[in-house]
Amino acid sequence: MGYFGGFRVTLKTMLEDRVTVQYPEDKRPKPERFHGRHVLNRYEDGMEKCIGCELCAGVCPARCIYVRGADNPPEAPVSPGERFGFVYEINYLRCIHCDLCVEACPTEAITETKLFEFSFTNRRDAIYTKDELLVDDDGKPRDLPWEDWHPGDDEHTSAWMRATSPSGSAEYEGQVQWSGELGYGVRSSEDGQNPAQPHPSEGDHVDTADAEQPEAHH
Amino acid sequence: MLGGIVNALLAVGDPLFRDGVDFTVVAIVIAKTLLTFAVLMVAVLFMVWFERKVISDMQNRIGPNRAGPWGLLQTLADGIKLFFKEDLLPDRADRAIFRLAPYLSAVPAFLAFAIVPLGGTVTIAGRQTYLQLADPPIGILFLLATSAVAVYGVMLAGWASGSKYPLLGSVRASAQMVSYEAALGLSIAAVVLITGSLSTQDIVQSQGGLLDWNILRLGGLPFAIFLIAATAELNRPPFDLVEAEQELVGGFHTEYSSIRFALFYLAEFMNTVTMSAIVVTLFLGGPVGIDIPVIGKVSPVWFVLKLFVFLFGYVWLRATLPRFRYDQLMDLGWKLLIPASLFWLLVLAGMRVDATYGFAVFFGGLAMAPVLLRAVSIGHDSADVEHSATRRLREVR
Repeated sequence: MGYFGGFRVTLKTMLEDRVTVQYPEDKRPKPERFHGRHVLNRYEDGMEKCIGCELCAGVCPARCIYVRGADNPPEAPVSPGERFGFVYEINYLRCIHCDLCVEACPTEAITETKLFEFSFTNRRDAIYTKDELLVDDDGKPRDLPWEDWHPGDDEHTSAWMRATSPSGSAEYEGQVQWSGELGYGVRSSEDGQNPAQPHPSEGDHVDTADAEQPEAHH
Repeated sequence: MLGGIVNALLAVGDPLFRDGVDFTVVAIVIAKTLLTFAVLMVAVLFMVWFERKVISDMQNRIGPNRAGPWGLLQTLADGIKLFFKEDLLPDRADRAIFRLAPYLSAVPAFLAFAIVPLGGTVTIAGRQTYLQLADPPIGILFLLATSAVAVYGVMLAGWASGSKYPLLGSVRASAQMVSYEAALGLSIAAVVLITGSLSTQDIVQSQGGLLDWNILRLGGLPFAIFLIAATAELNRPPFDLVEAEQELVGGFHTEYSSIRFALFYLAEFMNTVTMSAIVVTLFLGGPVGIDIPVIGKVSPVWFVLKLFVFLFGYVWLRATLPRFRYDQLMDLGWKLLIPASLFWLLVLAGMRVDATYGFAVFFGGLAMAPVLLRAVSIGHDSADVEHSATRRLREVR
């Protein structure tokens, strides 16, 4: 490059685009499987997916989830099934966003959004209760006063992250195996996966993965 | 008689003092002082903002852009923040000198700008005066004097801080500044040789046309040497070892906070602006430009344009070059710049007498260069031999 090559480089860089993003007005788009704040999902008919099995609390390495299940009141069932998550709290001061809870959940009840800008100012606010975690009536995460959501940010949340893993079996790769979400319906499979493959359960084949459609449980 | 002495002392180049001193003259001088002070402060504020913005442009990012439009008020915000910081006095510091040192750096920086000619002659209230705060007959020597006092500021700051890293930084800084002042002075001597006068106004007036600019008349080498020596004098990158965060935490101003640090910071940038202004004055004709209808031949506009070029140059150097190591720095100053400027001064002196003498000195010098290089390399080798000899002696014992 010689002694003066460096000067040309810096001068040319002045003409290039800047990579700075004017945060907080503009935010960089996050990857699809970004680990942010969790939400408790609901089925398309509004029933909660959480069945209070406490598997997420059991697997959590930071022990930040507190779940207690209770039997579904027969006249007003909260979740399809026998039990529902009666108490559900996550302590975000302890959560390490490993999303093992998302992998462990059998009903895809807990998934994560792309929010990472919690700016709670006291410990009480840091413990998110079920009301705060549950998606609202449109299926969107709740916009709490200390969180920084801009219009359109909640569109980028993805409740199907966990659901797009093929449950370890290669035969089910590309098959839509997840239930519909409130507000989003049944999301399509990922780019690159072929949704037109015949379902492996057609024909006599032991299927070990949960491939039933949600409406079956009514 | 006293009036006569006063008049003689004041009968310098500036036409303001030709008819004696009365109230109008004093008022004009005071107004010029305040104006120069204001211009320098604004220039420094601009330079700090300009540097941050241009460096960030060269690094693919936007610099400060929140405080004021395009971040213009960022420097002001930083200054105000520094005002409100806690003013620390280290326990082992020498109180009086610790307090004095920032002023020893900042005041010469202010003073040096006084001799810079910003424009031609202007008429205020019926009196003609130069657009220059002071035009003493010693002119450019004043700059060298204030640079020397600034070295005191740096040296005493480090020593009075009472801790290791500032002391190391200030020792290195003062050695660096002193060694490059010699090269600086020799290139100024080249300019003075051609001009025949030390006064900055005379230097500017002798560079009337484009081809008369000293950068061309002197053959370019004094200009290059002056630039390098000035960069080292200012402790600007690539010669900024003394305030390198990676090596000396903050060098001589580690222990300073709040207003004292603000004074050092301001002094550094004031020196940068002043030195760029001096380069423009000495080598590029100062406010002299091309005769254009509105602006005219001699105008502050030309001066500012040329100043921009050098300010941009300093920022460009900062963004591009890595730092010199201290021994490389000292080698450059003593073994390259001083011999080169001495040699060129001799050539110029020879040229003044007659062209034949000039060329004789030039080729004579080139013939002697191998002798000098051999002497330097012998010095190197003997130093190595000495070191290895002492090592062998130690092993024998």
